[in-house]
Amino acid sequence: MAEVRFILNGAPVAVDVPPTRRLSEVLREDCGLTGTKVGCDAGDCGACTVLIDGAAHCACLAPAARIRGADVQTVEAEDPILDRLRAAFLRKGAAQCGICTPGMLMAARALLAERAAPERPEVEAALGGVLCRCTGYQKIIAAVLDAAAETVADEAPDQVRGRVGERIERLDGRPKVEGRDLFGADLWQTGGLLLKAVRSPYPHADFTFGDLMAWCAARPGVAHVFTAADIPGRNAFGVIPAFADQPALAEGVARFRGEAVALVAFEDDGTEPDLTDFPIRWTERPALADPAAAMGGALIHAARPGNLLTQGYVRRGDADAALAASVHLVEGKVETAFVEHAYIEPEAGAAWMEGEVLVIRACTQAPYMDRDDTATILGLPPERVRIIPSAVGGGFGSKLDVSLQPLVGLVALKTGRPCRMIYSRTESMASTTKRHPASIRARIGCDADGRITALDFDGIFNTGAYSSWGPTVANRVPVHATGPYRTPHVRARARAIHTHGPVSGAFRGFGVPQAAVMQETLYDRLADRAGIDRLEFRLRNALRDGDISATGQVMEGTGIHDCLTALRPHWTRALAEAGAARGNRTRRGVGLASCWYGCGNTSLPNPSTIRIGLTAEGGLVLHQGATDIGQGSNTVIAQIAAEALGLPVERFALVGPDTALSPDAGKTSASRQTYVTGRAAEAAARALRAAILRLGNWGDDAGLTLDGCTLRSASGSIDLSRLPRDAFGYVLSAQESYDPPTTPLDADGQGLPYAVYGYGAQMAELAVDMALGTVKLLKITAAHDVGRAINPTLVEGQIEGGIAQGIGMALMEDYIPGRTENLHDYLIPTTGDVPPIESLIIEVPHPEGPFGAKGLGEHVLIPTAPAILNAIRHATGAIVTRLPVLPHRLLAAMKGNGT
Amino acid sequence: MAAEAAYERPESLGGALALLARGGWSPLAGGTDLYPATNQRVLNGRILDISALEDLSGLTLDRDGLRIGAATTWAAIASATLPPALAALQDAAREVGGRQIQNAGTVGGNLCNASPAADGVPPLLVLEAEVELASASGTRRLPLADFVTGPRRTALAPGELLVAVHLPRPALMGRSRFLKLGARKYLVISIASVAARLLEREGHVALARIAVGACSPVARRLPAVEAALEGAPLAEAAGRILARDVAAALAPIDDVRATAAYRLEAATELVRRAVTELAGDGLEGGGHG
Repeated sequence: MAEVRFILNGAPVAVDVPPTRRLSEVLREDCGLTGTKVGCDAGDCGACTVLIDGAAHCACLAPAARIRGADVQTVEAEDPILDRLRAAFLRKGAAQCGICTPGMLMAARALLAERAAPERPEVEAALGGVLCRCTGYQKIIAAVLDAAAETVADEAPDQVRGRVGERIERLDGRPKVEGRDLFGADLWQTGGLLLKAVRSPYPHADFTFGDLMAWCAARPGVAHVFTAADIPGRNAFGVIPAFADQPALAEGVARFRGEAVALVAFEDDGTEPDLTDFPIRWTERPALADPAAAMGGALIHAARPGNLLTQGYVRRGDADAALAASVHLVEGKVETAFVEHAYIEPEAGAAWMEGEVLVIRACTQAPYMDRDDTATILGLPPERVRIIPSAVGGGFGSKLDVSLQPLVGLVALKTGRPCRMIYSRTESMASTTKRHPASIRARIGCDADGRITALDFDGIFNTGAYSSWGPTVANRVPVHATGPYRTPHVRARARAIHTHGPVSGAFRGFGVPQAAVMQETLYDRLADRAGIDRLEFRLRNALRDGDISATGQVMEGTGIHDCLTALRPHWTRALAEAGAARGNRTRRGVGLASCWYGCGNTSLPNPSTIRIGLTAEGGLVLHQGATDIGQGSNTVIAQIAAEALGLPVERFALVGPDTALSPDAGKTSASRQTYVTGRAAEAAARALRAAILRLGNWGDDAGLTLDGCTLRSASGSIDLSRLPRDAFGYVLSAQESYDPPTTPLDADGQGLPYAVYGYGAQMAELAVDMALGTVKLLKITAAHDVGRAINPTLVEGQIEGGIAQGIGMALMEDYIPGRTENLHDYLIPTTGDVPPIESLIIEVPHPEGPFGAKGLGEHVLIPTAPAILNAIRHATGAIVTRLPVLPHRLLAAMKGNGT
Repeated sequence: MAAEAAYERPESLGGALALLARGGWSPLAGGTDLYPATNQRVLNGRILDISALEDLSGLTLDRDGLRIGAATTWAAIASATLPPALAALQDAAREVGGRQIQNAGTVGGNLCNASPAADGVPPLLVLEAEVELASASGTRRLPLADFVTGPRRTALAPGELLVAVHLPRPALMGRSRFLKLGARKYLVISIASVAARLLEREGHVALARIAVGACSPVARRLPAVEAALEGAPLAEAAGRILARDVAAALAPIDDVRATAAYRLEAATELVRRAVTELAGDGLEGGGHG
């Protein structure tokens, strides 16, 4: 141990720590400042950026002894320049989930110390060492430029009304920019246990344990070892109960690399967890790596012949006949990779007992589903499990499934002691879900006028070792395979096939982004065959109100035509510019793609419930159960409630999605929160308003004010302190639920899978280096129909962030088990990889949506990759059939070698 | 089980070398390779922190040439005022990770880590760098090309420490370029990287030094390309670069970032571009600066 004295945020501190302890650990564990985040422990993500003697450093790479006498500044520092940056981040919407925000702020702080008025390229370079997975960087860069410009921000308005449509700052933003937001790894109880999982190094292996008791006894600091034999309930979880098949700890056989097989509880007293020599014997078995092999291979799950998890199917009309009769016909194939969510917060959480109740606090997108899955595994009734979601450092679908929840729960339950678990980056990447790799073939035809006649689509999706959201992907893809276009004859099939790959689950779009790559690239080729401009071709076929979808649904509130129309002037400009700029070494291209996406579960109930209450003291409480993983539901749902109730948003106190405190607002997934929970919030707020008006005997248009414990309108007042309390402790409250009206799909996929769809279209402009096969994105213009933009800043944030992920999927992201399990081999876009983005917000209201609003979160990713592929083909003529389009693949495609 | 943990941060080179002589000590400089190699919160084993050794950091120009202390950070190299011949090294310094990594990572660490894709190696090869290795029994110098012997392998003997990189005075002449190719803009491991240094005289290439990284187990100079360039008129220089001459010195592999065939093609293209840029600058009358 070494005594280390240094200056921390202006004050002297002394710690007694191992000399090579990472500074990030010293700050978080020894100094209690958890604002410095750990995303990778390898210098790859920059989340832990701090200033050491004024220079930006990754705290995870700095030994404690080295900072003796140094001046260390963290995100918690009081500093006027940091304050300017913080205010600008809030104003511009630069923090979404907030996990990269401390690193971004500190990197920007270092820049502003060197360059008081930096140019945009300097900002990009200075922030190039910090990864963000939510924002697409545009608002972060804008915030830094804004803070540097020293423009005095307008005085905060006296009152933040937060009407629907207002660009208010996110309500949960302040703690994010001050390093006070508490993520999964940021809150734990001392004197407990620290857990580490033993994981399979093989994609498929049998295993047996040696003498666990002896191993445990021989190692001071090891308190317990747990295996599947210790699990008291049903050792099979899964987000869709009928398919639940994944053990919390594997039983004798591991089916993918990274699967947990045992759990070691170390004393959380500074003991360095060490799993060396853990007594386990592995017998590697042949692994089925891809679906083609798996369909004819040994069964991974005995009850699933052909390793088929499930398939989705939509049939309408006679696709074969219509294709045969088509004037123009194109066909193609495409293959996509495993894509990792790569949120900057690896899974983390803690558990403890409160009497008979097991409390689990962890990052999640789905607290009630976590509760039910964990209770099943642990053999507890659901009411004995309480899930408290922490702040969530990005999710994008992967934090819908339980990860460490049953593990920390098991240990707290078995030992009665508090415990915590923090996944390493590699562990997070190896063990959690991925986007399904898809292998798709399709044919599309049109008539002489360019009107689509038919689509034949067949997709095979590598669903990995366990079910997770495989059934959802299989069902969603055929429904969406046509894209937002009139297609009279359709046959679309998607099969989810098990392999010994990582578990494929939910990832922004549930398979639809992969399907859109196929359909939208074929559309470009078909438009060329028909001799029609690619935008006009899409406009000609775009769904309109009253058209019938492939599932037989009569469309309403259909915004795709408006989105494409909004792009038209940009399209004309971009084509002219690209034509004028055609050179030899680089060639310019412009591409376009559309999306549609059904909001909420596919033909399955997914209700949300919202409660709003007034206390006798005049507190206005919104039980906001829609987990905010950065997308903004804390703000959007509150704005909807404020508008419907008629009181300013700033009066609301939010109670989050704690299963003990707030009713179930469902999972943050399927682009459902603004629409479904928003409708519930609107209904609850209207019901509360009605109760108030009834009590005051006030008219429908009464303007309300809340002044202490007095509610006033022009016609009188209500003294809340004199009213009786209800069962929830409120003097006035309302609770309402909303479930989208859908119907089941029949054997041909006919029915009403979604009540509401959202729409979008994006245009990519780029330059291809003809000798190197590299792609330089120049601009993306994105038109998205959101029905009603509840908060336009948050809408833009979703668009920009989704595009960044689409760029990654198109150009660089390729998860290979055992090979790209870190953030330097697995590449996600940096500040320098996302071009300027222009958002065009389109509002075609849908009667089901709150104030007409539709979902957006997943739509935004869908058009990006096909728009880029179409622009590449426009620039070079090359058809790339495998994602990501790495330089060597593009160069090969340009030479006609395929990939 | 891990070796007993120990940590020393001596201030004198002699003290450091005495510890190294006892065996079992791992030098720690910027930490940008050692920490990522473990999931633990500390570094295991016996750690010799060389960051306090004064002789090891900084750049000094003397009659023999430029000495760069092994623990000099990339940020210090990037911000130093150096002759145009070192532009390639300074450009590479700005592409080693992000600012955070450049502020911590050192030139010596980059060499000792011996990654085939180390961005520091091609620029130092074209600068004809020698490394100075010290041990308790004395010092020796090796050409850089003899120091890095394979992926993750160097000629460092037990008890030896890389203390400095020397660039001989003649190698500080001319102008240089560094070009890096990766699948993203920042924080990217090179698919291929190229450094080129040209010395021109009366419109001709008087001397050419070309090196390529990430296309062979260790970065390599391209002697056949250099020979073809020397004596060529500047305007014709790039045209003398033949793919087979580039390929002759390299042995690329297929990996997750690119195919071997692509690497050869990209390397050739990058060499041509670097030479074209340098020759173009020369024709425009750019002097020795």
